[in-house]
Amino acid sequence: MSQNTATEYEAVIGLEIHVQLSTNTKMFCGCQLQFGADPNTLTCPVCLGHPGTLPVPNEKAVRYAIATGLALGCSIAPRSMFHRKNYFYPDLPKGYQISQFDVPICSDGELAGVRIHRAHMEEDAAKNIHVGESGRIHGAGRTVVDYNRGGTPLVEIVTEPDIRSGAQAREWLQLLRATIKQLGVSDVNMEEGSLRCDANISIRPVGATELGTKTELKNMNSFRFIERGIDAEIARQTALVNAGEKVRQETLHFDPSTGSLTSLRSKEESHDYRYFPEPDLVPVAPPAELIEEIRASLPELPLEKADHFENGLGLSVDTARFLAFNAEIGAYYQEVLLEAGADVDAKRTADWVTGELVARIGADADPAESKVTPVALAQLVTMVGEKKVTNAGAKTVLDRLVESGGVPEQIVEAEGLAAMGDGDELAGIVDAALEANPKAVDDMKAGNMKAIGAVIGFVMKQTQGRADGGEVTRIVREKLGL
Amino acid sequence: MSADLIALSAAQAAVALHAGEIDAAELFSAYADRVAGEQIGAYLWREEGNPLVERPADFRSTPLAGVPIAVKDLFCMEGVPSTAASKILEGYLPPYTATSIARLQAAGASVLGKTNMDEFAMGSSNENSGYKTVKNPWDETRVPGGSSGGSAAAVAAGLAPWATGTDTGGSIRQPASLCGLVGLKPTYGSVSRYGMIAFASSLDQAGPITRDVTDAALMLKYMQGKDERDSTSTGLPDEVELPSATDLNGKRFGVPSTIDWSGVQPGVKAVFDAAVERLTALGAEVVEITLPHAEHGLSAYYLIAPAEASANLARFDGVRFGLRSEGEGLTAMYENTRHDGFGAEVKRRIMLGTYALSSGYYDAYYGRAQLVRTKIADDFRAAFNKCDFVVTPTSPTVAFKVGERVEDPLAMYLSDLFTVPMSLAGIPAISVPAGLATPDGAAQAAPGDDGALPVGLQIAGPAHSENALLDAAFAFERATEHMPAPWER
Repeated sequence: MSQNTATEYEAVIGLEIHVQLSTNTKMFCGCQLQFGADPNTLTCPVCLGHPGTLPVPNEKAVRYAIATGLALGCSIAPRSMFHRKNYFYPDLPKGYQISQFDVPICSDGELAGVRIHRAHMEEDAAKNIHVGESGRIHGAGRTVVDYNRGGTPLVEIVTEPDIRSGAQAREWLQLLRATIKQLGVSDVNMEEGSLRCDANISIRPVGATELGTKTELKNMNSFRFIERGIDAEIARQTALVNAGEKVRQETLHFDPSTGSLTSLRSKEESHDYRYFPEPDLVPVAPPAELIEEIRASLPELPLEKADHFENGLGLSVDTARFLAFNAEIGAYYQEVLLEAGADVDAKRTADWVTGELVARIGADADPAESKVTPVALAQLVTMVGEKKVTNAGAKTVLDRLVESGGVPEQIVEAEGLAAMGDGDELAGIVDAALEANPKAVDDMKAGNMKAIGAVIGFVMKQTQGRADGGEVTRIVREKLGL
Repeated sequence: MSADLIALSAAQAAVALHAGEIDAAELFSAYADRVAGEQIGAYLWREEGNPLVERPADFRSTPLAGVPIAVKDLFCMEGVPSTAASKILEGYLPPYTATSIARLQAAGASVLGKTNMDEFAMGSSNENSGYKTVKNPWDETRVPGGSSGGSAAAVAAGLAPWATGTDTGGSIRQPASLCGLVGLKPTYGSVSRYGMIAFASSLDQAGPITRDVTDAALMLKYMQGKDERDSTSTGLPDEVELPSATDLNGKRFGVPSTIDWSGVQPGVKAVFDAAVERLTALGAEVVEITLPHAEHGLSAYYLIAPAEASANLARFDGVRFGLRSEGEGLTAMYENTRHDGFGAEVKRRIMLGTYALSSGYYDAYYGRAQLVRTKIADDFRAAFNKCDFVVTPTSPTVAFKVGERVEDPLAMYLSDLFTVPMSLAGIPAISVPAGLATPDGAAQAAPGDDGALPVGLQIAGPAHSENALLDAAFAFERATEHMPAPWER
């Protein structure tokens, strides 16, 4: 490397992911969990922190935490402890959060090359709503608190700093989300906050082993923002270092609408949480048989699923991973395959789902919520396979399905989209096309088959796309003796 | 008639009620009238109605048949002012009732009122009440002990046949000793803590303050039990039996040779020595044991308890219930509320506890204190290989004068010298009246001596040994000359 070359930097990224568990009741009391209920209707003396109340752990939440740990390849502590994490805030009724500290329930795992440092159980805080212009506590006219969310069971997953880019973070998080979704332990809905992600980001010269000063990017609520936020922060740090300045340890907020990063607080102001063992709870000591029972009941997880899609169904690596890591789309795809029956072309079906359907409804949408039922798409793909409808015709059918649902066969019928067979009608139209394109005919005869495009275009126009391109080519060759 | 009613112990009253010899509503009124006129600061709230008249069916077929009871203000009761004697909870009406109180009520106890105490159970004299100081009925210039001082004073003054207390480092046993009563701190976990306003969660335990050992057994019987709302509760493995032992044949009582008698009043020592002689006379064998780490118990206790308290009291922030003192912004509101709501001793302990848990100090203070705690528990385990029970004085002194120790927290903390080790070990211990001493504590005294003050004997046993412990205490009580309580005079 010459002296003139600028130092190359690499990013070092670790993620902290909060997952709200989809138990029926809260972590330490019997209150129902339900998103969007009227404020402060799902509370009791325990989750409001009334004097004299005590926490009782939710067994299902412990089960879910163990399942999460096992799916992430973690070891499960035979005896883990709850601790109190002390700080004052109106959304924290007891003045401490019950969390885990030095002995978390899950530790030392790995998912797709990213090591999991730990995954521990804790209770969620309530929700502060700042009434006023800023939408933040500073400058708020008034703050009200909704305690419905307070006490929701959480698993906090902390990775090792094994991620190197925003794109990798996004892709890995999608896999993590799909994995947890598959486990059925959380809704993992980022908009509703049941999956929340913070990123710790630093940069260092390529080849260095020491870590640079890290910043923390808080609470990004979509995969796209996570990727953009991380990339923006990497760029900011790189520019700082290139300008000879130092990165300051701080917590940042990424504003996706402006792409800007603002400082929330510097670490010097950070709390001393005064962790100590929660005396109101006994250690969590899941029997080995319980852990094995949970392990045995784990469903097929996305990584295994990707392998099945790729090697069992013959999909490309990218398509296989896309389907396996995007839980809803993957589940929908499998549903379509099931409806279409054994003879259907899995690859073609995948193309229709990941290509045409996703292009129409968006990659973030759940196809199961669209108007296109798996039965309908299965029927459409089958019709394409049987050449009852052309690709172009099928795309029109899909447009209709996305708009208003329905049955493909009926749409084809109603709109006259049925593919033309190899009958006289098509041969007649081909004749007309050849007649109308003498130059193309000459070119083809001279060996330039590309010229057939003009002829096919003419036929398609005449048939409104119902003709099969392959069939037209066959007839043309036959007629011209090519 | 009223005086006859007051003369009945709780167990005697229950028997008389079941036999139809006395009327439950009259019994309640006899006490309620006395409570209405009380001048010693024992109660913070009193029941003005008469539940036995209003809801007689609730009591008719129950084991306690309506026997009145006083409840320490640390226990939450639905719709009843429950303040832990703190200004920060003034006017607070809990939306639920503590499990132990609900159990006593279900067994037919009818609540007379809530008794005064040291604020959040922090204190040994009841002078730390946020509302008023309690006077010792034996000598109203003296303290009743604490923190369950209101409960002890109420029972000693005939303002209740019995009362619930709570004990974190001696808060049942020490006031029982200073007021000439029986006070039992059960094994940690036997009585549910749900609904007891928390001071130090790993130490807090509810129990009875009563006139005699039989009543202590009776209350424990209906208070104890595993509670699904308290993860640390276990209940007692055996049904609680009313005690019946008449001798102590074959029982071994350990006297710690490690006691430092220099801080113990001679009168207290004399009563203790006489008590040990009576144990021997009852057929017991007295053996010497050592509790090498007990001397560090007080230091460990005054780190662990404040540390837990500093977190337990964080919920009193003015946001959801109790006092709120407004201020400019959130932090000012927190500060004003806690400044106005907490008394000096509570603030002192919150600061001690916060410091002990702070980053960089945790290992040296809280962590080390927990190690000492383990050592003390080990000491007791070893001792119980050599004896069935350990005996000590309950308090190093007789009841002291109001105001005598308020300026000297360390002297106040020494009140718990003998009671704290059992709390740290989580084992049961009972204080039983053992005799009297002169008011200056210089010498033993006899019933009838002018100004004589009660001295208690503490008997401790292994975890879950309550039945044996109550039996031993019962035999000792029978062999001890009756000391008329203030209400009897």
